[in-house]
Parts: sequence; C-alpha cells; structure tokens
Amino acid sequence: MKNLITSFKLVALTLLVCCVAYPLTVLAFAQAITPNSADGSLLTNADGEVIGSRLIAQSFVSPRYFWPRPSAADYNAQGAGGSNLSPSSPALTERAKALVSAFGASAERPLPADLVTASGAGLDPHISEAAALYQVARVAAARGWTEEKVEALVEAQAVRIGGALVPDKIVPVLALNIALDQAEDVRQTNP
Amino acid sequence: MSDSSKTPSSLWSANLLFPALGLSIRKLDPRQQFRNPVMAVVWIGAAVTTLFTFQTPTLFNIQITLWLWFTLIFANFAEAVAEGRGKAQADALRKLRTKTTARKIGSNGTESVVNAGELRRGDRVVCETGDAIPADGDVVEGIATVDESAITGESAPVIRESGGDRCAVTGGTKVISDRVVILVTSEPGDSFLDRMIGMVESSKRQATPNEKALNLLLIALTAVFLIVTFTLPPFVDFGLRQAGGDGSGNIPLPVLVALLVCLIPTTIGALISAIGISGIDRLTRRNVLAMSGRAVEAAGDIDVLLLDKTGTITLGNREAVAFRPTPGVKELTLAEAAQIASLADETPEGRSVVVLAKRLHNLRAREVAEPQAVSVPFTAQTRMSGVDFLTDGQPVQRVRKGSTEAIAAWVKGQGGELPAEVKSVSDEIAKRGGTPLAVAQGAEVLGVIELKDIVKGGIKERFAQLRRMGIRTIMVTGDNPRTAAAIAAEAGVDDFMAEAKPEDKLQRIRDEQAAGHLVAMTGDGTNDAPALAQADVGVAMNTGTQAAREAGNMVDLDSNPTKLIEVVEIGKQLLITRGALTTFSLANDVAKYFAILPAIFIGLYAATPGVEGPLARLNLMGLSSPESAILSAVIFNALIIISLIPLALKGVQYPPMSAAAMLRRNLFIYGLGGLIAPFLGIKMIDVLLTTLHLA
Amino acid sequence: MTTLLTILLVVGGSAVIAWPLGLYLTWAMQNGKTPVSKDLKSQTWTQYVMSMAVFNGLMFALCFGVLITQQFLPLNPDSRGPLTWDLVFNTAASFTTNTNLQHYSGEAQMTYFSQIFALMWLQFVSAATGIACLAALARGLSSRGNGFGNFFLDLQRATFLFLLPLALLVAVVYALGGMPMTLSGSATATTLEGAVQTIARGPVAAFVAIKQLGTNGGGFFGPNSTHPFENPSFFTNVVSMFAIVVIPMACVWMFGRILGHLRHAAVIFGVMLVLVVGKIAWSVYFESAPTAAFDGLPVEQMVGNLEGKELRLGAVTGPLWAALTTSTSNGSVGSMHNSLNPLTGLAPLTGMWLNETFGGVGVGMINMFIYIVVAVFLAGMMIGRTPEYMGKRVESREMLLAAICLLAHPLLILGGTALFASTPWGLETIKNAGPRGFTEILYEFSSAAANNGSGYEGLGDNTVPWNVATGIVMLIARYLPILLPLAIVGSLAAKRPIAETVGTLRTDNATFGVMLLAVIVLLGALTFLPAAILGPVVEHLLVVTK
Repeated sequence: MKNLITSFKLVALTLLVCCVAYPLTVLAFAQAITPNSADGSLLTNADGEVIGSRLIAQSFVSPRYFWPRPSAADYNAQGAGGSNLSPSSPALTERAKALVSAFGASAERPLPADLVTASGAGLDPHISEAAALYQVARVAAARGWTEEKVEALVEAQAVRIGGALVPDKIVPVLALNIALDQAEDVRQTNP
Repeated sequence: MSDSSKTPSSLWSANLLFPALGLSIRKLDPRQQFRNPVMAVVWIGAAVTTLFTFQTPTLFNIQITLWLWFTLIFANFAEAVAEGRGKAQADALRKLRTKTTARKIGSNGTESVVNAGELRRGDRVVCETGDAIPADGDVVEGIATVDESAITGESAPVIRESGGDRCAVTGGTKVISDRVVILVTSEPGDSFLDRMIGMVESSKRQATPNEKALNLLLIALTAVFLIVTFTLPPFVDFGLRQAGGDGSGNIPLPVLVALLVCLIPTTIGALISAIGISGIDRLTRRNVLAMSGRAVEAAGDIDVLLLDKTGTITLGNREAVAFRPTPGVKELTLAEAAQIASLADETPEGRSVVVLAKRLHNLRAREVAEPQAVSVPFTAQTRMSGVDFLTDGQPVQRVRKGSTEAIAAWVKGQGGELPAEVKSVSDEIAKRGGTPLAVAQGAEVLGVIELKDIVKGGIKERFAQLRRMGIRTIMVTGDNPRTAAAIAAEAGVDDFMAEAKPEDKLQRIRDEQAAGHLVAMTGDGTNDAPALAQADVGVAMNTGTQAAREAGNMVDLDSNPTKLIEVVEIGKQLLITRGALTTFSLANDVAKYFAILPAIFIGLYAATPGVEGPLARLNLMGLSSPESAILSAVIFNALIIISLIPLALKGVQYPPMSAAAMLRRNLFIYGLGGLIAPFLGIKMIDVLLTTLHLA
Repeated sequence: MTTLLTILLVVGGSAVIAWPLGLYLTWAMQNGKTPVSKDLKSQTWTQYVMSMAVFNGLMFALCFGVLITQQFLPLNPDSRGPLTWDLVFNTAASFTTNTNLQHYSGEAQMTYFSQIFALMWLQFVSAATGIACLAALARGLSSRGNGFGNFFLDLQRATFLFLLPLALLVAVVYALGGMPMTLSGSATATTLEGAVQTIARGPVAAFVAIKQLGTNGGGFFGPNSTHPFENPSFFTNVVSMFAIVVIPMACVWMFGRILGHLRHAAVIFGVMLVLVVGKIAWSVYFESAPTAAFDGLPVEQMVGNLEGKELRLGAVTGPLWAALTTSTSNGSVGSMHNSLNPLTGLAPLTGMWLNETFGGVGVGMINMFIYIVVAVFLAGMMIGRTPEYMGKRVESREMLLAAICLLAHPLLILGGTALFASTPWGLETIKNAGPRGFTEILYEFSSAAANNGSGYEGLGDNTVPWNVATGIVMLIARYLPILLPLAIVGSLAAKRPIAETVGTLRTDNATFGVMLLAVIVLLGALTFLPAAILGPVVEHLLVVTK
C-alpha cells in the first residue's frame, strides 16, 4: 500500500517533469533559436506557400526535374517506410528493371545504385553526386539548356556527407530543382 | 585398505571389470537411470528410437539405436567401475563385522555374554588376548596391544591404554595381548566400521553441494538443447514448404534423438557420479577416511592449514647437534659426562646424545654395571635425568643433565653456581630455536648440549608449494615464542602460534573463519576435539581418541599429519575434474553441430529434390554421407565417455600453481582441446565407417 | 578508410565519454538528492523488487489507459483515431519493458499526447528502472553490506539527476542539428509539380533524445532514425550512435564502482567491447557486398548494399548502427534491417541473442551478471575451488536461478519462432519468401525477448496473435532477468564472505575475460546456431550458389 502511494506520487512527479517541463523547455529553445528547422525545415515559394521540406523527398516525374531515389512509401510523408525487401528479393529485381528502363541505363552507362534502391524511410531528400550528374543530360535536354549550366547548378548544391570524415558528395533534390526553376525564372524575366 | 588396493593397476583389473559390466547393464533399469537427469533424457531417447527402429529397421536406425544404448551402458559402466572399487574395500571391511560375541559387564559387575550387535552406547565390555573388539569405544581400564591391520593395513600392533590420547579402539580389531575394559561409544549400526563401509560403498552417497549445483547447470543445458532440438522440425518444415514442398521429408526421429544426445552434456553427465565416488576412493587409497563427500569438497577450498609442529613440521623428536662446554672444560669431558648421563635415557633425545658423542668424539657407549651405578630417570618434578655412581652403596659421583634452570637449582643445592657463560650460551641456543640441556657433574656445570628440532626434509618446499596454491600454513606449538619463531622461519611456515593451548587453537580457527578463511587441521587428543569439529576440514589421527575421531570429518588411518596436504590436493582434483569435463563436454558440441546439422539440412532449398542443397557446404569435415556423419557423431559421443573413465577415476592432474595459471592451463587443454578433438575423432570414425561399409 | 574512422570515432569516442559519465552516474545513484525522499529507507531485495513491480505496474496501466482513449485526449491536431486493444496491449508492454517494439506507425497513428505522456514518459522511467535495478544489484554484491538501496530513491536519481539533464543536452543538440520540435500539426505542401504532400512533424527532438539515451529505440516516426526528421544529418547521426551506446557503457563502470572492483568492471567492459567490435566488423564486411538482386543489371554499385539506407548518413551507418542498436537493446534503426544483406543480419541477431554486449541501460549489465555466474562456476571448478563470486560461494540455489534465466531466453525466442513459423499466425504475415521470411519471424521474437524493439520490418505484425505473443514475451523477458539476478544476489549477500587469497579465482584479469567470452560465445552460439543456419546462412548460400 505504501508502495502504491509512493508510486502515485512519483508518477505525478515524473509526468510533470519529463512530459511537461522537459518538452516545453526543448520546445522553447528550438522555437527561439532554430525556428525554421523546428517547424520542419519548410521551404516556401516567393508567395510564401509551402512547397515542401528541405529534409523530405517529394515525387518528381517530369524530365525537367531531377528525380529523387525511389520511394517504397510513394513519398508519403505521413506514412513513411522502406521496401523491407531482402537484397536477394525478386521483387527488387523487378523494380530495378523498371527503373533501369525509365532512366535508359545500359551496360555502357550503368545507373548509380542509389537511384535503384529505396531509402529507409522512402523520404531520402538526397541523391549521390553521380546520380545527379547522371540526370544532367536529360534535364538539360528537357529545359533546352547546356549540360554545363545544369552541371554547375548541381555542383553548387552538392554537399559533403560528413565533412572531412566522409567526403562523398550528395545533392538535395528539392533544393536543386528549386534552383533550376529559379534559374529558369531569371532567364524568363531577363531574356 | 587391503594392500592390493593401493596399486594403481587395479583400476582395470579383471575381477573388477566383469562385475562392473554386468552391473552397468542392470543399471539400465529406469528407476536407476532417472536419478541422473541428463542420462534420463538419453534413456528416453534410446527407448523411443528403439520403438521407431522396430517399425523401420534400416541399418542406420539399428546402428543409432545400438549406440544410444551403448552410450547409457558406458555411462553406467563408469559408475559401476568406481563403485566396484569401493565395493571391494567394503566387502573386506564387512568381513570384520562377522557376528562376534561380547563379554558385557552388568551394572552389578557381573559378566554376561551378549551378541555384539546388541551393545549400546555406555555399555562396558571386557576384552582379553585373542578377543575381537566388539564395538567402538574407549579403554577405561588396563592396557593392551591391538592388531588394527584389518582397518589400517599396518601390520605392527598398536598399544591402547586407558586415559590419555591412545584410548580409542575400533570395533572389528583384535586384542593380541593383555586385558582391557572398554566403554562402548557407538550405537549399533553406527559404528566407525559401519560408516566406513557406507562411505566406500557409496551406496549412501549424497550429492555434495558443488555436485548439486553442477547438476542444475547440466539440467539447464539439457533443457536448452531440448528446446533447440524440438524447435528444429517446425523450422525445417517452414523451409520445406517455402521451397515448394508439402512439408514431407522432415527430420526422422532417430536423427533428432541423435542430435539431442550429442548436444546435451552426456560426457560430464555420464561421469559425474564416478568422479565423486572416485574422489572419496582416492582418499581411501591414501588411508584417509572421509566421513562425507562434503568434507572432501571442502578440502579443496582450504586456505589455512593449522599444523602441529611436532610430528608434522619437525620430526617427532629433538636431536642433539652440539656440545658447548663451559670455558675451561674440555669438550671431550662434557661429551663423556653427557653420554653417561644419557645412557639410561631411552627417549629419542637421550639416544641422540649418545649418538652425537659417538659421532663427534668416537666415544663408545659403555655398559654401566648395575651395582656401581644407578640411573636416575627423568621426572616432572626434577626435570633432570642422570646417573649416580656408587661405591659401597654410597653415591660418589653424580652426573645430571636437564633444563638449564633445573641444573642451576641442582648445583646451587650443592654449593655450586651456574656460570654466566652457560647461561648466555643457553639463551643463544633458545633464540635459534634449539633447546639447551645443561650437564653437571657434582656441583660443576660442564656445559650445555644443544638439542634441536629437526625440520622434516622437503617440508619447506611443500609449504612454498602451498603458498603458491594460496594456502597459508600456521604452525601450532607449545614452545616459547622465540623457539617457535626460529623453527617457523626454518620450516617456512607463514605464521605460528607459540605456547598454544588447545583452546587457543579453537579460538584461532574461529578467528580465521570469521575473516573468511576455510581452515583445516589435524588432531589426535580429546582436547583437540572442539577444534577438529570447528575446523572446516578436521583430520583426526587414527591413533587419537574416540572423541577426536568423532569430532573430525576425516580420519587418517596412518596418523600422518603431513597428509593434510594430499587431502587438499584430492579435494581440488575432484572439482577440477568436474569443471574440466564440463568445459570439454560443452566445447565438443561445436564439432557435433558441424557433423549433424549439415547432414540434417542437406536437402533443404535444393534446386531440384534429391540433390544437395546449399547447406551441404557446411560439411566442413568432408564427412562421406549424412548417415555416416550422424552416426560418427553419436559413436564419438559414446566412445568419449569410455575413454574419459580413467581420467574421471584418477582425476585431472593437479600441479600446484596459481589460480590464474591453473585456469589458463585447463581452459587450454579442456576448452580448446574439447573444441578440436571431436573434429578429428568424428572424421576418423567417419572414415572407418565408410571403409567398413557401415554407412 | 572513412568507414574505419567513423567506427573509431563512434565506438572509441563513446568508450572514452563512458568513463566520466560512469563516474557521474555512480555519484548520482549513490549520493544524489531527490525531491521525494521522506521515509525512503534501504530495502531488502524482495522489498526492492516489490516497489519496482508496483511502479512498473502503474507505468503499464497508465500507458494502456492513455493509448486506449487517445482519440478523446488533447494534443491531437491531426485527429488520429482509436487503436485496437491488442495493439494498445502490445505497445504498453513494449514501452513499459524498455523494448519499444512498434507494431504501429507513429506519425500515422499516435496523437502528440500519446507520444509525450504515454510513450516518452515510459522512455524515461523504464530506462530509470533498469539503471535502478543495476545499482541495487551492485550494492547487494558489494561487501559493504548496506542493503540494496531504495527503489523509489533510485528511480528519481536515475530520472532526474541522470537521464533528464542528458536528454536536455542531446535534445538541444538535435534541435540545432535540424530536428523538428513543434506541437503544430502536419504541414501541407504543394510540390513543384503541383502535387499535395502532407508532412507529418511534431515534438521530435525531445522525443528522440530520450529514445536514444534510454536504449528505448521507439521512433517518433514509423521508419525510426532513417526518417529525415528523426535523423537529419550525418552530424545528428553520429550523436545518435553515441547516445545509443554511451549509457550502457557507463553502466558497466557504475557497476564496478559501486562494487568497488573497477578492474573487474574493466574486464567485463573489455569482453563486451570485443564482442561489439566483432559484430561491427562482421556486419560492415558483409554489408559491403552489393545488392544481389541487381546482378546482371546495368547498375553501378560502389558502396555495397544501399537498399533501405539513407545517403546523408553515409554507407557505414546501416551496418554500424545495426550492430550498435542490437548490442545495446536500443532497437532504433539507421537503415532498414530487413534490407540488410543476409549475413549482415546475423550481427544484430547475435546482439539480441547475447543481449549483454553493453545491453540495455542497467539491464545489459544485469544480463551479463548471469553469464558471469556461469563463467565463475566453471572457472572456479577448473581451479579446484568451490566457485565463488565477490567472496561469496556460488552454490545450488544460485545455479538454479541462473539456470532458469539461461533457459528463458532460448525458450522465448526459439519456442515463439517455432510456433509462428508453423502456423498461419506467422506464415501469413511474412514479407519476403524463403529463408528471409523465417528470419523475419526469428528476428521479431529475438527482438521482443531481448527487449530490443528493432524489427525486420515488413512483417505484418499488427495482428492479434503477434501483438499478444510478443507482448507476453516482452513482459517475461524484462522482469524475469531482473528478478532472478536480484534473487541470486540476495542469496549471495546472506552468505559468509570468503577471504581472497592467491588461490582465489581472479575475476579481474585477461584469463577470466577469455573464460567469460568463451562461455558467452559457446552458450549463445550453440543455442541459436541451427536457427541462424536456417535463416541468414542458408539465404546467403542460396545467393552465393545461384
């Protein structure tokens, strides 16, 4: 009985501290110091409309845009998930075959693996530098630009994964596509 | 206890083996088999497999069945051999218990002849020359020579007398001369002899604490492997169905039983009772009787040994080592006087003086004719001994030797004085651990004989060994602290108790135990009994009193206190053997897995039915066929039991070394060895089976 | 090279931090002042267990109550609906037992209230329960004989003085690293191509901090730490891996300090570290093999198998995280385990089978204690002495309790797997066919029995049989291995201490370390080897021999 009374006391106390005081403190800190990322790193267009999150992949099918990695969750950002397929799964082979033909890959021009593999959450906002460069020709052709111009935009967006520790470069797809559109807008406004 | 039992060759002697073989088959009785949980599982497995084989009598099934039964028989055989050795001893002892009659003294002092079996504690009986002593007891009247060879194997008769520490007699021994009255100290059926028979026969053997704990671990391992084995068919069924089958072709029962039997710790399970029995047996062979298996186990844990100085650390007696004459006296004169004073002294010390005089000065022992000389024996009052030379019945010359104080008093009585040099020499001798004996002729002190305790040869090394084993030795002596310290240093003991009284011993044991030590001691006197009872291991000397023998948990029939060290070693060996075989048993499983699992899984996920599947690659040993692989593992498992019986009976070697070195050594031999050996063994059996077309 | 450096940074770095953290943890647990302390005296082991049981009972009840009524409770901006009773039972059991096996998807099914007041609360107090019980175990074993301590004091100390400040620190770092922290509902975005994307978010930083620190592992989002909001960058990823292992590591030092045998703790730490490094090496090696399904296709595979992995976390994260999260009973994932290469999966499985290579906060060391008892028992016999540990003899009673403990783990895992592998309960829920399907079932029971919480996801485990079975397994697997070791220590504490001599088995040198390692590997490997062969091994061989 004494156990129960003390337990109730401690339940109340821990709830108050861990579930009210603690999250509110973190909330206050985050909203004050890093308000943008605290709200989900949202990106807005010139009109202030939310067009997505810098951290969340969204679907791109138009050849004018860079395509993200395949998503087993169909880029559903409120029901994310991976394919959960075994690396030897026949379903994985089927999916890969579809992607190979969509990208038009061939033995001479093999597709970078990250464009064939679904990420863990299906929301991976990045593609590898190689995967971005792989798509340059298509994007350039669709937009009627030179490949060099598109490539320059890719390089401008590319970041190292882990700084000096992991120097491999990755490219955030949404940010890159926004940059593409912005470049397009600049061209349209200043012909 | 008979002499033949001391020879190691009896381990495999035919008259032990054939009865053991018969016994091991009789032990297949489930009531016997189910006392050992590991072997009970094997028994059930064998029985079920037998039934299965009756329905499907293939060569493979028949062989598996046979080898499963062999496994059980081998296990029983190990126990039977161990028991058989005890039984032989028990039979010899039992002959002593043949119905004897006893002359009981009634309360009114009249004698009546009764059956020995009716004697109760407190009865008095008379024994005369040629009588067998009817029960355990203490001599309360008279003195007699007793033949105890039937129990101790020692052919020389021993003296038993009332009072003192040599009053205990054992039922079944025989009075050779004289007459004694004995107070019976045991109830019928609970005599020393009965307990001895019980112990060596192991029929009443109780599992010791460590054995019980180990058994629990073995049961847990058995249960784990039961789970592993019996979840396997559903797992395989899943695979078969995933590969497109209908679930047929799952593991046949004999194979499943074979896997189970190979995985559960049968090696240690089969040998555990043999190890326990043979531990006690090894003690018995060294003429030490343990009153319980628990005591033997405790012996291995001892870290403090309480040893009496006399007889254990030093030879029983002091020896004369030098003559130290008073300045102005020739050493020869002193030697002559000393020799004369010792001629009538029949004690070993006295004899050693004579021997020393002869050795140093070539003095022959002269016969002192009775009429001219009267020897004066040592008494507690005078604390001197010597000779009075007579002329016409009047003493003309008196020679005495004795403690410096006694001689000083004696010469003073004659107007003489103890020279200061003698005093200082005496002190110096005492300081070195010796005993000074002053010699006086008339009022003149001629000098001092230096007597010394002779530390037993090799004892120092023995103690060093013990120290490495983590055992501290404490010497107990009645000597003064100075003498004790000197002897302690010479013998290399870690600590000593000087001027120790029996109650000091008891207190010391309690103190050590309170500090977390486990103490062993030897003792023989009645006043040792409380300490013997308090000690974790108390070894009573067989020559000791009945009280001492009752109090200790071991009796040394040879009455050799040094044997305590061997007792400790045997206790350790017992545990080491258990631990080593458990580790070996467990390590063996790896190889058995790699023999049996690929054999079971060979067809799983095969591209087409009937050919080898991907898991055939796990056949690391390259065993020739699945049947041969499984059979080889089962045969290896059975044969390893047989081949380890000698080790179980003799015990794993115990070279004294530190705990860490010991662990490294045994982990290497039985762990790593246990990992590798079955790979070789199973492969060899596989080759043999294939050559013989048995699989 | 970058792989090696990352591993070194994470494992070496946390091992270094663990030392001062252990010092602080010991101080907090031994001397810390608590808000409620009146009448809280040192308890016997039975009283301690009783208090723990009552408090944990309340934890379960409250969590159950909140989850079953979540649709009526506040902080539900996205109008999440009710949960089924079996899912609620499973989730309550899962979070009470520090397992955080999730048969639900957080962002799709849980309200913010449930996430904070049921789940995050339990992430604090269940972790504190583990630390408290280890402190009690160590006090009982130590020769000072001051009893086992008081559960309620220990719970407060672990929660307020240890977990809370660390969680605050990590949460702040996470927020700075880009993790969301908001109570607003989902954001709605209109994509560049004109589609509508609803982006779930929430008080993620606070939640994830304690999720990692308390070896809880239950994610705010379904895909756990592969979700970009739950693990936005390589930097947060490294911090997360630190957070996963550092407290379990510190717990070993706390054990040693309370016990007064730091060298003994160092040997245990070494053995655990060897096993962890072994598992990491194994998984990183096998995960560097390319995705087998792409054989013969024009796909360029430079960095091993990328299926189920996030690019921003680096290629080594998948296998490294997999080894760490299962070594510590954390159960959060940094890649999708079901998409790991066949043999890579053996590393996380082994982690859960052994369950004491640092293990859960507090309980990992408690699990190790059972193996120590067995190792001491065998080693003690092999040096010819009645086995003893910390100067107390290990006899029948202790072996009986240890034996039950040893038995429980394989029984729950193999028994459960056998049941589900041969009935529609399991057969109809597997995602991948063939041996991988078997591994999915095996993994789920291993995870439940190890109180780990990770999964070979894709298994359709939100069913009544799965929810009930794993719920029961988690409860047994949590409380039995706390109760029995405490009972063993209770029995040891009552014994006469034995003095230490040269002949005493030393538990603080390399030889004992090897002995302990051998016992762990032999018992672990021997028990689960057949299952391992029928799952990951045969799947690997099928790929290799194709």
